[in-house]
Amino acid sequence: MKTPIQDIPMFDKNASQPRYTPKDFQSDQEVRWCPGCGDYSILAQAQRIMPEIGIPKHQIVFVSGIGCSSRFPYYMNTYGFHGIHGRAAAIASGVKLAQPSLSVWVVTGDGDGMSIGGNHLIHLLRRNIDINVLLFNNQIYGLTKGQYSPTSEKGKITKSTPFGSIDYPFNPISLALGASATFAARTLDRDPKHLYTILKRAVEHKGTSFIEIYQNCSVFNDGTFFQFTEKETKDDSIVLLEHGKPLIFGKEKDKGIILDGFTPKVVTLSDGKFSVNDLLVHNENDTTLSFILSDMTYNTNLPRPIGVFLSIDRPTYEDEMDEQIRIAQKKRGIGNIQQLLHSGETWTIQ
Amino acid sequence: MKSNKTLQNLEEVTIRFAGDSGDGMQLTGTQFTNTTAILGNDLSTLPDYPAEIRAPQGTTSGVSGFQIHFGSTEIHTPGDSCDVLVAMNAAALKVNIGSLVKGGSIIANSDGFSDKNLRLAGYASNPLKDGSLDEYQLFEVDITKLTTIALQEMNLPNKLVDRSKNFFSLGMMYWMYNRPTEPTIKWLEEKFANKPEIRDANIRVLKAGWNYSETTEIFKVRYEVSAAKLEPGTYRNITGNQATAWGMMAAAQKAGIDLFLGSYPITPASEILHELSLHKDFGVKTFQAEDEIAGITSAIGASFAGALGTTTTSGPGLALKTEALGLAVMVELPLIVVNVQRGGPSTGLPTKTEQADLLQAIYGRNGEAPIPVIAASTPSDCFYAVYESARIALKYMTPVICLTDGYLGNGSEPWLIPNFESLPAIPTNIPTNPVGFFPYSRNNYTLSRPWAIPGTPGLEHRIGGLEKKELIGTVNYEPLNHERMIHLRAEKINRIAYEIPDAYIEGDPEGNILVVGWGSTYGAIKTAVQQLRIKGKSISHLHLRYLNPLQKNLGNLLSRFKTIIIPELNLGQLIKILQSAYPIRAIGINKVQGLPFRAEEIEKKIEELF
Repeated sequence: MKTPIQDIPMFDKNASQPRYTPKDFQSDQEVRWCPGCGDYSILAQAQRIMPEIGIPKHQIVFVSGIGCSSRFPYYMNTYGFHGIHGRAAAIASGVKLAQPSLSVWVVTGDGDGMSIGGNHLIHLLRRNIDINVLLFNNQIYGLTKGQYSPTSEKGKITKSTPFGSIDYPFNPISLALGASATFAARTLDRDPKHLYTILKRAVEHKGTSFIEIYQNCSVFNDGTFFQFTEKETKDDSIVLLEHGKPLIFGKEKDKGIILDGFTPKVVTLSDGKFSVNDLLVHNENDTTLSFILSDMTYNTNLPRPIGVFLSIDRPTYEDEMDEQIRIAQKKRGIGNIQQLLHSGETWTIQ
Repeated sequence: MKSNKTLQNLEEVTIRFAGDSGDGMQLTGTQFTNTTAILGNDLSTLPDYPAEIRAPQGTTSGVSGFQIHFGSTEIHTPGDSCDVLVAMNAAALKVNIGSLVKGGSIIANSDGFSDKNLRLAGYASNPLKDGSLDEYQLFEVDITKLTTIALQEMNLPNKLVDRSKNFFSLGMMYWMYNRPTEPTIKWLEEKFANKPEIRDANIRVLKAGWNYSETTEIFKVRYEVSAAKLEPGTYRNITGNQATAWGMMAAAQKAGIDLFLGSYPITPASEILHELSLHKDFGVKTFQAEDEIAGITSAIGASFAGALGTTTTSGPGLALKTEALGLAVMVELPLIVVNVQRGGPSTGLPTKTEQADLLQAIYGRNGEAPIPVIAASTPSDCFYAVYESARIALKYMTPVICLTDGYLGNGSEPWLIPNFESLPAIPTNIPTNPVGFFPYSRNNYTLSRPWAIPGTPGLEHRIGGLEKKELIGTVNYEPLNHERMIHLRAEKINRIAYEIPDAYIEGDPEGNILVVGWGSTYGAIKTAVQQLRIKGKSISHLHLRYLNPLQKNLGNLLSRFKTIIIPELNLGQLIKILQSAYPIRAIGINKVQGLPFRAEEIEKKIEELF
C-alpha cells in the first residue's frame, strides 16, 4: 500500500541538513508555566538539543497526556499531540508504528505517566518501541492544585492527605526496569548540563528510552529535590553513574559505594581502609546491577543515583513489525484485494 | 458418493447441530455451510455457543449450537425454528428441543443419553424411551459406538476417536440433504496435511456417517434443496467479522493509505483482529494493545501519522473508549470504531447478541461530541458498512462508529463478490504546501479540516483535546470561539446528510404500517413484512443504515404512514431518536433475550396489534 508520505522527500542524512538553532524549535505560543517551574529548564534543554540530533523538525513529534508537563508539545515548533490523561504512551505508540521514520517523544509526569497512565507506560517499555519518554517527576499533582502523587513520599501532607499520605511511593526507575526497559536514566531540572547529556543519550538509544527528570514544582512542592540539586548539599547527596567508572561522591570525592554481597554500602576513602579499586564500577549494560542501583533510591543512608542506570540493545517492536510485513510481502507478493475476495471456496452462478 | 434412495424436493430447511462445547459443533456447522454454499443455495447461519470455553461436560450450560437455514429461495434469517435437530447428548436435546418444529426430526446420539448424561441434563427419565418425543420423528443412532467401530483398525487414542464423532453426524446430514462430501474431505486434507492421523480418522468417520445412512434402513428418504436463483456472479460464504476486516482493508487500499488496527481482544469482536493479523502482505499493521483505551488511542496516534486508524470492540470496550472518542472528535482525525454489540449491561451476555448500544454510540460522550454512526444489516453488509464508515471518516476527518453485533459478526451468508474497482472512491485531503496552511481551516462544503501528516515539511502544528481557536488551531478559551467551534463540529457531521443516499422503502411508498428497523434485524423484519403483505396487509419496511446523521428524506417517508412500528433488540432506543427528531409516535417491538428476532415473532406481534 502506498502511503501519502511516500511522496514527501525523505530526510537524507548525507544531504545538506537544515541548519537549525534552538530558536527554530520555539513555537509561537506563550509559555505558561508558573514562575520558577522546573519545566522551563527542561524545555530549554530540549530546544537546545534538537538542532543537534540530525533530524529535521518536520520528522519530530512530541506527544503528551494531561498535567503541567503535558503542555510541553505546544511550546515545541515540531509536530505535537496533546492527548488525554495518561494515554500519551499509547498515542505515541500508534504514531511511531504507523510511521517509524519519525522521531517520537513522550512528555509525561508522575501522575500522568505512573498513575492514570501506568499501564500504557509499562507496556511501551516492554515492547521497546523507539520512543523517548521524558517523565517529569515533581512528586505532586500540580495542575489539580496540590494532591499527593504516586511518587510522593509516605507521610506527605497535601490537600488530599491532611493527616499524611499512607501510600508507598513508586520508584520510577525500578518500575521501568521491572517493565523490561532497555534504557533507564535519571536526571535533574537544575543541572542543565547533565540533563542535556542524558537527552542526547536517549536520542542515540534505539528502543524506548525512559528518563526520570527530577523537576521542582515551585508552587505546590517547592524544594523537594533541593537536597540533590543545590550546591550546599548535592555533592554529598547524589552519586553520578558513569559507565566504566567507580561510584565516587562527596564534596571532596572522598566517599564511594561498595557492594557487600548484593547490598550497596557507603565507605570513606580517606581513612585508608578502602581505595578506589574497592569501589563498585558502573556497567550500564548489566541488568542485575541496574536493579541494585535503582534500589538505592529511597534508602536515606545512601546517596541518590543520578545518570544512566541501564542501556542495553533489544530489537524494537516497529522493526519486528516491519520485518514480518517484509517477509509476508516477499513470500506472497504485495496483497491484492480482488484476489483476497476470491480466495477460498467460491462458486459462480450464470 | 452416490445414493440409491429416493429424493424429495424441499424449498428450504433449517438444521441445528447441538452438542457439548467440546464436540466440535461449530466446525460441523461451518463445514455444512460451506458445502451448502458451493451448491448454490441461499443461506443464513447462527452460531450459538456458551461463554465458557469448556463448561462442565454434559451440562446444559455447556451446550454449543449451530443453526443453518438454506433453500432454493431467498433466505434472510437463520430460521425461526429448526426442522432437524442433531443432538449429541441429552443436554443438547434439552436446550434445543423448544426450537424444533412439531413433526421435526431429531437425530440423537444414543450414547449421549447415559444415566449420567440424563442426570446432568436434568431429565428424570430418558426422553428417547419415555414417549415424550412422540410428536417428533426420532432417529436414535449410537454415533459414539459407530465412530469407534469405523476407527477400530487405526488404533487411535480414545480421545481422538471421541473427537471425530462430529464428522459422523456431518456425514449423515450430507447424505440426508444430498450434499457432496468432497469439499470437507479437501478441507481436511489441507487443514491436517501435517497430522495424517487426524486427517484420515475424520475422513473415515465422515464417510462412515454417509454410508451408514445410505445402507441401513433407519432413514427412508433423502431431500433435495435445489440451488437458489441468485443474481449471476461469483459468490463466497462470509461471516460478518470477516467482512468487516476485509471492508477495512479495501477502504484503506482505495484511499491509498496504510491500515492500522489497535485492538484489545473481546468477544464477539476478536475475529476481526485475528483476520487482519493474517494480512501482513497488505501491509496491515495490527497492534494488540494492553487495553481498550490503548486500542483506540494508538489508532488515533496512527491516524495522526497518516494511517487509517481503526479499533474494534464490543459494548463494554466501547464504554472504555468513550473519553478517547471525544479526543478524536476534538482533534478531528479519521478513525473507525467497530462495535460488535453483545448482551449488556456490564459484562452481560458476552456471546449473545443485542442492539442496546445505539444510544451509547450516538450520545455516549462528555460534552457536545457528535459522531456519525452507521449500522450493518447482514453479515456481508458489514463489508459495505465499514467501507462507508471509512469513506466518511476520511472525507470529514471524524471518528465514525460502525455498529454490527454478535449475530452479524458470527453469522454467515453467501456474498456476491464485489469488484474492487467499482467500489466508491475514497478521497482524502492531505496538504503538502505550507503556504496558507492552517490546521483548522475548513472545506466550504464539508467543513472538514486538512490532514497534515507528520513528516511533511513546513506543516508542523500541534493538536490536542483542549478547545482550539477557529482556523489556526491554537489553544483558546474564549466563550464565543468555543460556541462557534461546537457549532462547526456539529454542523460538519450534519452536512454528511447532504451526500449520503436517501432512505428507501421496501414495499408500497405509503400506507397503513411502516416497520422501521436498523442493523441485524433486517432479515427478520423483511421476512415478517413479506408474510404480512402476502396476507394482504398494507405494510412496508424501511431499514436504516445511517443512524447519525439521519437521512434527509426520512421525516417525509415516515409521514406517509399511519402507524410506525420499530422492532429492536433493546428496550426502545431508535424509537427515542426518531420520536425526538420527527413529530411521530411509534410503537416498539422489543426483545432482550440475547437472541435475534424470529420473523414469526414480529409477524405475530404486528398481527396482534392490527
